Amino acid sequence: MRAYDFPLFPEQASTMAPQVDYLYFFLIAVSLFFCLIIAGTLIGFSIKFRRTPTNRIGHRIHGSTLLEVAWSIIPFGITMVIFFWGAWLFFAQARPPDNAHEVFVVGKQWMWKLQHMEGRREINELHVPVGQSVRLTMTSEDVIHSFYVPAFRTKFDVLPGRYTTAWFNATKPGEYHLFCAEYCGTQHAGMIGKVVVMEPAAFQNWLSEPPPIVSMVENVAAPSSGGAPLSPVAAGEALFTQKACLTCHQPQGGALGPSLVNVYGSTVKLADGSTVTADDAYIRESILNSASKIVAGFQPVMPTFQGQLTEEQVMQLIQYIKSLKTTPPAGQAQNPPAAADSAS
Amino acid sequence: MAAPAIDTTLAPRSEAPVKPRKTYLNADYSVSSWLLTVDHKRIAILYLVSILVFFFLGGLFAAGVRLELLTPKGDLLQADTYNKFFTMHGIIMVFFFLVPSIPATLGNFLVPMMIGARDLAFPRVNLLSWYIFILGGAFTLVAVVGGGVDTGWTFYTPYSTTYSTSNVMPAAIGIFITGFSSILTGLNFIVTIHRMRAPGLTWFRLPLFIWAHYATSLIFVLGTPVIAITIFLVGLERGLHIGIFDPALGGDPVLFQHLFWFYSHPAVYIMILPGMGVVSEIITCFARKPIFGYSFIALSSVAIAVLGFVVWGHHLFTSSQSVYAALIFSVLSYVVAIPSAVKVFNWIATLYRGAISFEAPMLYALGFIGLFTIGGLTGLFVAAVGFDLHVHDTYFVVAHFHYIMVGGAVLAFLGGLHFWWPKMFGRMYPEAWAKVAAIIVFIGFNLTFFPQFILGYLGMPRRYHAYPDEFQVLNVLSTAGASILAVGYLMPFCYLLWSLKYGALAPANPWQASGLEWLTPSPPPTENFAETPIVTEDPYHYGTDDDAEAVHVA
Amino acid sequence: MSLEQTTPYVAHHFDDAEQQHDASSLGMWVFLVTEVMFFGGLFTTYVVYRTAYPEAFHGASHELNVTIGFFNTLVLLTSSLTMALSVHAAQVSKRGMLVVNLFLTMVLGNVFLGVKAYEYWHKWHEHLIPGPHFVYHGADPVHAQLFFSLYFAMTGLHALHMIVGEVLLGILLLRAAQGMFNKYYYTPVEMSGLYWHFVDLVWIFLFPLLYLIGRH
Ligand code: HEA
Ligand code: HEA
Ligand code: HEC
Ligand code: CUA
Ligand SMILES: [Cu+2]
Repeated sequence: MRAYDFPLFPEQASTMAPQVDYLYFFLIAVSLFFCLIIAGTLIGFSIKFRRTPTNRIGHRIHGSTLLEVAWSIIPFGITMVIFFWGAWLFFAQARPPDNAHEVFVVGKQWMWKLQHMEGRREINELHVPVGQSVRLTMTSEDVIHSFYVPAFRTKFDVLPGRYTTAWFNATKPGEYHLFCAEYCGTQHAGMIGKVVVMEPAAFQNWLSEPPPIVSMVENVAAPSSGGAPLSPVAAGEALFTQKACLTCHQPQGGALGPSLVNVYGSTVKLADGSTVTADDAYIRESILNSASKIVAGFQPVMPTFQGQLTEEQVMQLIQYIKSLKTTPPAGQAQNPPAAADSAS
Repeated sequence: MAAPAIDTTLAPRSEAPVKPRKTYLNADYSVSSWLLTVDHKRIAILYLVSILVFFFLGGLFAAGVRLELLTPKGDLLQADTYNKFFTMHGIIMVFFFLVPSIPATLGNFLVPMMIGARDLAFPRVNLLSWYIFILGGAFTLVAVVGGGVDTGWTFYTPYSTTYSTSNVMPAAIGIFITGFSSILTGLNFIVTIHRMRAPGLTWFRLPLFIWAHYATSLIFVLGTPVIAITIFLVGLERGLHIGIFDPALGGDPVLFQHLFWFYSHPAVYIMILPGMGVVSEIITCFARKPIFGYSFIALSSVAIAVLGFVVWGHHLFTSSQSVYAALIFSVLSYVVAIPSAVKVFNWIATLYRGAISFEAPMLYALGFIGLFTIGGLTGLFVAAVGFDLHVHDTYFVVAHFHYIMVGGAVLAFLGGLHFWWPKMFGRMYPEAWAKVAAIIVFIGFNLTFFPQFILGYLGMPRRYHAYPDEFQVLNVLSTAGASILAVGYLMPFCYLLWSLKYGALAPANPWQASGLEWLTPSPPPTENFAETPIVTEDPYHYGTDDDAEAVHVA
Repeated sequence: MSLEQTTPYVAHHFDDAEQQHDASSLGMWVFLVTEVMFFGGLFTTYVVYRTAYPEAFHGASHELNVTIGFFNTLVLLTSSLTMALSVHAAQVSKRGMLVVNLFLTMVLGNVFLGVKAYEYWHKWHEHLIPGPHFVYHGADPVHAQLFFSLYFAMTGLHALHMIVGEVLLGILLLRAAQGMFNKYYYTPVEMSGLYWHFVDLVWIFLFPLLYLIGRH
């Protein structure tokens, strides 16, 4: 319908976008520079030294070490500029800022399931406030997907069996494409959606308004108590009882398993003498396959929950365990400093 | 016999084109004399025919892909069919066309001739490699005919091992088997180049084509076994459900990506190095000058082959490898780019003060330089980690690699094919047609793939059969270009076939080129050389010294 | 001792026997390099997973029978010795010694394969074959299964190489009995010997990696 109004340049809608674009312009300039030199000399020489009745034999020039050194060193210097620039951008992209609005993303053939820390969930659509960092914690239920928003110049793979993170800070209200960038099967091209960037106030309203009936897909998480959606922490708490975790993990300890209070972010001693930091990945592994890392002083009796919990439920349990602090958390969105993402 | 001085001064031709009485082509006409031949020249022809079949098959799938992308909605092909099309396009083009393209055809034909040998070191192994290739190809064709594969040519796990319901197994077996034909070809080349050089042919007298093939063979031998074992493990996991890469079975899907790219990045240099060798030969010949910076070009091939093994991680910038790994792979990618840049600059410098003519092979070679430069420069774009987070798995990457693989490698293949066609078949191709075709290919190519850079930066993901409306105009341009490109490919196909019967008879050395392969008649006799040639001078004995100050600048 | 064939066969495209022999031996070495890369991919996979799941790998390794593995190692080492003796016999034109040693090598190789088959059968019996029927009572069965996947992939590929080696030996044996080899022409024996030693060497790595981990 709008086939003839076609853009040649993507919209800039995040703090990252102009940064990536600057590097892009620089790269184009470097390329133009070399293309002009190469095409210029190539065409110039082709004309000037073309074979003519008077110019039938080339000159026997064998080379020049000086030139070789020059045209190795100079391009190398330029590539190092590109490298450091790209690395700097990458560092910025790899480190989510504190105080980000948190969203959990589960990729699944072929849809995106998203849940805000505050509880509101959506499918193939992500509402975010303008001007605030948004941090995504992502995992997949089946194959590898990749969360890609061109207008934000950000993309990161979503893998089964582990968590990855991405973040962005949207700068312009509007609607933007959300793509799955990693080939994931038949409807890969249909695994698309949109990101809706809203003014903060409108976003707050949206967050608290009751959701439309979502159950076009099996709404597996939270026991359907109706009414307002459960936050992941609340849903996790419910699950904790429902799946009988509580029988072994009493808050004051003393049961079969260790108390989970204050575990998140702490350093855990394992039976083989090594230690690990209890981050998302560790808690996740402890739940799904607790035998691979045994806590010192305990027997490996915890059953495996692999296959019995959906990725969303695992995330909710983690959020609940995260919230188990002796000093009760003030608000909901807390970001323990130790929650360094496992990728770095 | 001492090598007769090659007349590289372009004096009027003295030798009349005489059809040699007994050649490798007319030695025996029976079918079995072809299918059981151990003559490297005949095996080269067998390979040539086979890879051309695969090229057109791969091209047909590309045509399907481009036609589907004319419109934003998936009108022509179902999602599933489209996925199979680009997968089979990629698999066929990479493993069954481009990897063997130059080495197994021109390389097979020319490596022994250029070093003054009567055959490769292991002629029967050479024939075996062709049969292995055909067997692997047969499995792949079974996969295609039996309904296709839909994993992408990269076979990412766990999709390929657990979720895909298509013919992954036959395709994987096909690729596994074909790998061994590459290994055998590489092994044969390495031994031949080490052990069978004519007297006097020292390493630094070797043609650059040989250096390029030596470097390529190193990759064949060191890299291909790794893809073989990787595909083998994929087969185990898929066939027997034993856990290796699938996280549900305890495995790590990213490990697969590491193993896959450990081969497949070096493999991209398998695809370009032989082309670089071809271009080096063509440029000197038509500029009538020795190559500029011989040893730098020669050693840069080896440098590319070796460094190419340590940059695989640049395909995994978004795959959750560690931040530091990403940075190391990024910086190494820039290091490996330098030898390529050195080559480009040396080719340009070779043109300086030459006496350049523009026969079709030269047009292809010059086109190669331009398009390879663009492809390579955009490689620098995607090697910047922060930048790649945006363009990874978009059409920007698709454009990057088609610029190098089609604009570079395929053009070099066509250029080499024209250049040595007279030697291979004893007939000249029609020059005027060839020039027109070269220009059509160049134009069609740029129209097809340049818009894809823009599309990629706009954010159009690859492997999408349906896309948002605003991408349509650029896609239409691209499809239009692909039709022109198809015409450009069909033309050589037709006139080269035509020339086999009607082309002018070729003299032994139609281009007045240096190099041992031009010493024997066209087409050569089965034994290549009546007597082993003795080499007494450096390669590329073109040009004149009389202009004293021209000998050494600097 | 028949020495009727004092001038060895030189293929048409070689200048002389020396060039031919040099080409064959370089070819064999290059081939072995490809084999190293081939197994290298598997070893890498093994190292990655073992580093990630040391406990599971130690535990699973205890399911393997060290005594049997050690016995097989001895068998294979002995076969390397008889193979080396075969090459020597060929080089000094001792046909009888060549035939006997080739035969012994084959027998030892078959003993190895037989024992391996028994081990596999035993694993089958204990449901330690990875896949849907895998049963494992130690800690961390998911990753113990990975260990067994790799165990079967690695020893299976090794066994496949042994079988190829047996076929080569069989051909050599026939030809040796016919008196094909002598001090002027023994390249095939020498090359097969290189191959056999390589296959042995792989086992020398496999044995500690699979059987001995966690038993310092
Ligand atoms: C023949 C094939 C070939 C070749 C030679 C190359 C060469 C290079 N490639 Fe490319 N590449 C592919 C084929 C190839 N590639 C394919 C098939 C893919 C995608 C696979 C898939 O996912 O399906 C890919 C993907 C790919 C990626 C991953 C992108 C992504 O998926 O996000 C990256 C990232 O670093 C990359 C980088 C490079 C670099 C730095 C070079 C360098 O070697 C280029 C060096 C050349 C030059 C630099 C040109 C000469 C330049 C001058 C003369 C100018 C001056 C030079 C300087 C300033 C340095 N390539
Ligand atoms: C190695 C070599 C190679 C070559 C030579 C080509 C050649 C071409 N490629 Fe390909 N391509 C790849 C390797 C190659 N490609 C790879 C590795 C991928 C990635 C696959 C993946 O994602 O898994 C890919 C993916 C790929 C895509 C992306 C698909 C997607 O991500 O959704 C596209 C889209 O335009 C494309 C187009 C083309 C075109 C138009 C040509 C043209 O150059 C081809 C033109 C040739 C012909 C058209 C054939 C000749 C003519 C006939 C046979 C007559 C009949 C023709 C008609 C009726 C029109 N290729
Ligand atoms: C049968 C008893 C049992 C049940 C039921 C059980 N656990 Fe455990 N859990 C244990 C034991 C014992 C350990 C310590 C040994 C180990 O690490 O395996 C443990 C360890 C853990 C740890 C790691 C704690 C640390 O200090 O590092 C986490 C997290 C955990 N369990 C979460 C859960 C959750 C969530 C559930 C419910 C879905 C659950 N467990 C159900 C027994 C149990
Ligand atoms: Cu999900 Cu592609
Ligand atoms: Cu690469």
